[in-house]
Amino acid sequence: MGDASADLERVVREEWGRLVALLLAQFRRLDLVEDALGDAVEAASRTWPADGVPANPPAWLMTAARRRVLDRLRTEDVARRKEPLLLLDAEQHQEGARSMADAGSLVEDDVLRLVLMCAHPALAPEAASALSLRLVLGVPTADIARLFLVPEPTMAARITRAKKRIVGAGIPFAVPDAGVLPERLEVVAQTAYLTFTAGYSPGTGPDLLRADQSGEAIRLVRVVLGLRPDEPALVALLALMLLHHSRRDARVGDGRLVLLADQDRTRWHHDEIAEATRLLARPHLAGPLTPLAASYVLQARIAAEHATAPTAQDTRWDRVVGLYDVLLQVAPTPSARLARAVAIAEQHGPAAGLDALEGLDLPQSHRPAAVRAELLSRAGDVDAARAAYDQAIAACRNEVETEFLVAQRDALPDR
Amino acid sequence: MKYLVLLVGDGEEKPWSEQTEEEQGAAMAKFGAFGDACDARDGVRILAGEALSGPRDATVMRTTGGRVHLTDGPYAEVIEGMGGFYLLEAPDLDVVVELLRVLPPYDIQIHPTVDVEL
Repeated sequence: MGDASADLERVVREEWGRLVALLLAQFRRLDLVEDALGDAVEAASRTWPADGVPANPPAWLMTAARRRVLDRLRTEDVARRKEPLLLLDAEQHQEGARSMADAGSLVEDDVLRLVLMCAHPALAPEAASALSLRLVLGVPTADIARLFLVPEPTMAARITRAKKRIVGAGIPFAVPDAGVLPERLEVVAQTAYLTFTAGYSPGTGPDLLRADQSGEAIRLVRVVLGLRPDEPALVALLALMLLHHSRRDARVGDGRLVLLADQDRTRWHHDEIAEATRLLARPHLAGPLTPLAASYVLQARIAAEHATAPTAQDTRWDRVVGLYDVLLQVAPTPSARLARAVAIAEQHGPAAGLDALEGLDLPQSHRPAAVRAELLSRAGDVDAARAAYDQAIAACRNEVETEFLVAQRDALPDR
Repeated sequence: MKYLVLLVGDGEEKPWSEQTEEEQGAAMAKFGAFGDACDARDGVRILAGEALSGPRDATVMRTTGGRVHLTDGPYAEVIEGMGGFYLLEAPDLDVVVELLRVLPPYDIQIHPTVDVEL
């Protein structure tokens, strides 16, 4: 029965987050709940092929996991050892610490509570990303380790620590008050953005891009957006991610990086570009926005200019430069300045671009040197271009990009 | 005069989890003896005492430009910056953070106590 494993895979993919959230709502023990659900899936993988897929697969998993949690709770009760006692009046404290009351005044979906818990600002951002993929999307730890380029035991330990921290530090499984909810959703957005970026542009290692990870980040945003469809930061972020993600097949050719201008635009995923454009047309993105939401909107509009230009030559660089000018007012980051310099060079020529690069410092990054090298080469200053390429190559940590830079340098005309 | 006494690190004592049951019992007896000694001494009284959970559970709350940042470290400087303390009962971390926002924007280290089972 090959269907059973496919069914199980689908149920895990679609229902994992909801099952974790439901079990957590009942037991409030993250450490037990997730292991128990993992055990239930393992049991399903053994029994479903033999006994057939149950009529209601999520309910089957829920029941199996619930039994495991109860078993573990019973065992713990028996084996409970005395904890270190440095207290004067234990009874007085029992009640408050036991009832993890739901502090939120809103009644919300359990999955939203799960998402907000995983992206709690008291967790380190990388831990929050990994935990969201694991608990909300059910991505196996081995896959998360691969996505974040760390060994599986390292990632397993990181996720375990994050789970323990949620329990130990009293991070709530709750939707916060309406007043701070948008702020928390921005943390969720940043978590997803971090996950996406780690996949879109890995800082180290052999892969030029890891589309799987970017895809999972998009899935995470879709889940949250399904729960809060009008949150501007999430709408804009989804548009931004889709626009970048739509180019995944065209960004690499023969294992090499293909620059935006040289990409085969027919290989872009135009359905995703269309969806992003529709998202960006939503009226509430024009209203007053938080700085983070505004920066996502502007980045997405810039990406949309590129995505909707019929050819690279048709790019409306004046608009792109204008959008970068606004973006720099909202979020004056060095990367935005660098990208603006590239746009200026396209609109006004390499000399203007080099002027715009003046004084830009992006520590640990090869990109400013790479851009300067390209502009110097266009301006005909071959010696300075070669020196800038050498500088960029020395700083670059991604193997495919290094290869690209070496090829560019070696293609410079001899004098 | 009132004193906050912080028991930081294990010193010469083995970590609690590595002690045998007898050693743990002996340590507990010393805590008890300390309590009795305080009671017996004129003008000495223990106002509050708790066991803290591990440093991994501690949260640092900083306010910069009116925006509250929560992190799991690096921890706030203790010796240079300790200005006072509270011992709070609250349902979860968010409630604590919400209440602490009323205070001036100090750097704050929030440390849960161990929930002791008797």
